[in-house]
Amino acid sequence: MSKTYYDPADLRKFGNITEWDEELGNKFFEYYGKVFEDGALTAREKALIALAVSHTEQCPYCIDAYTKDTLQRGVTKEEMMEAIHVGAAIKSGATLVHGVQMMNKVNKLDG
Amino acid sequence: MATKSLHKRESDLAQSNRQLEILSNGIFQNGELPTFKAKISETNQFPLKAKKLEILQINVGYMCNQVCDHCHVDAGPDRKEIMTRDTMQQCLDVIKNTGAHTLDLTGGAPEMNPDFRWFVEEAAKAGIKDFIVRSNLTIIRANKKYYDLPEFFKKHNVHVVSSMPHWTRGKTDKQRGDGVFDKSIKALQELNAVGYGMPDSDLRLDLVYNPSGAFLPGDQASMEKDFKKALMEDFGIHFHNLFAITNLPISRFLDYLIASENYEDYMYQLVEAYNPAAVTNVMCTNTLSVSWDGYLYDCDFNQMLELPVNSKVKHISEYNEELLEGRNIVISQHCYGCTAGAGSSCQGSVA
Repeated sequence: MSKTYYDPADLRKFGNITEWDEELGNKFFEYYGKVFEDGALTAREKALIALAVSHTEQCPYCIDAYTKDTLQRGVTKEEMMEAIHVGAAIKSGATLVHGVQMMNKVNKLDG
Repeated sequence: MATKSLHKRESDLAQSNRQLEILSNGIFQNGELPTFKAKISETNQFPLKAKKLEILQINVGYMCNQVCDHCHVDAGPDRKEIMTRDTMQQCLDVIKNTGAHTLDLTGGAPEMNPDFRWFVEEAAKAGIKDFIVRSNLTIIRANKKYYDLPEFFKKHNVHVVSSMPHWTRGKTDKQRGDGVFDKSIKALQELNAVGYGMPDSDLRLDLVYNPSGAFLPGDQASMEKDFKKALMEDFGIHFHNLFAITNLPISRFLDYLIASENYEDYMYQLVEAYNPAAVTNVMCTNTLSVSWDGYLYDCDFNQMLELPVNSKVKHISEYNEELLEGRNIVISQHCYGCTAGAGSSCQGSVA
């Protein structure tokens, strides 16, 4: 067994998930491929969204994959970092907006 | 950023046999990845055979004013290999009679060959449909004696194909050297000024994009759109088409891959992106590459790896187009670079 939870080489084996459930695996990859095609959003815009979400999900495989993917699409370092800040802003905002819940509760219990 | 070629640095990787050894050992020897021969055999595409010649590519020398990180030629100011006028004359004899529709001059910086202008003037007389010169752009601004190159190209109806790794200064200079971006922009504006690259102009100006690191190029059409938008908005520059080219794992790019510990991942990427449809149109099947000393190769990459054509005809002086047709193409693992994704050639994507 691997001594670490994550092995970068495992990303290459992602497709192997179909081996234990071919139908669902194939459906997933078909859906995944379709999602990232040019549509109302360009594939480049989608790749930047994916990069930001990869960070908020803290998925090391996804970060590797979409860093490379965005580089391939000519995305600059500045654009990549700005995208991550969008994700970070939502993450921190999501934490802080719960402060209202705390305030409501304090006001009710101790107002 | 390197300032000297691998040859000048006496690096191991300046030797083509060392490069071929690396490309055949390790992950390809232990069966982790299939060799290129095994891969194309899966779809009955081995041996690759040369079709009718369409593109005659002549490398007039390895000297260059730049020392780009990715250069597959290991070109630079310290390279002294230069095509002589005698060899050029032998090439002209071939150019006058070839059935090829495209003549493609490359280097190094071809303009640095002292007989470059004479050769272009003579070659232009042959009336080949598409006469390409691969210009690195900065040469046009490198010295006063080159300032008139846009006019010279125009006079001989040369199709200019130029490298431009990105539309931003940072990414361009990282790969090609400090100041390259600004000089390239100025050179493009000067080419535009004489009519090159303008929307309805017959003076063709195409750009070549190749990635600045250990990743593959994105979709050519999308990249072209992004390049056009940025170069127009930022600098008012026009050009016709963008060719997206994959960096092949040889010479300085191989050196970079190994030094940055990206070699295995990069080879995995190439193999995973293998596209049998690209094999059908791979450029070695319709191209012939002539080296500065007149020897013949299936492509510029094989030239740098010193893998000559598999034919009785080895040199431009004994050139015979019929004998060369149908020859078996010489392959190794670097060939995966031309068959990844949409494929890659000196004319961009092939699939």
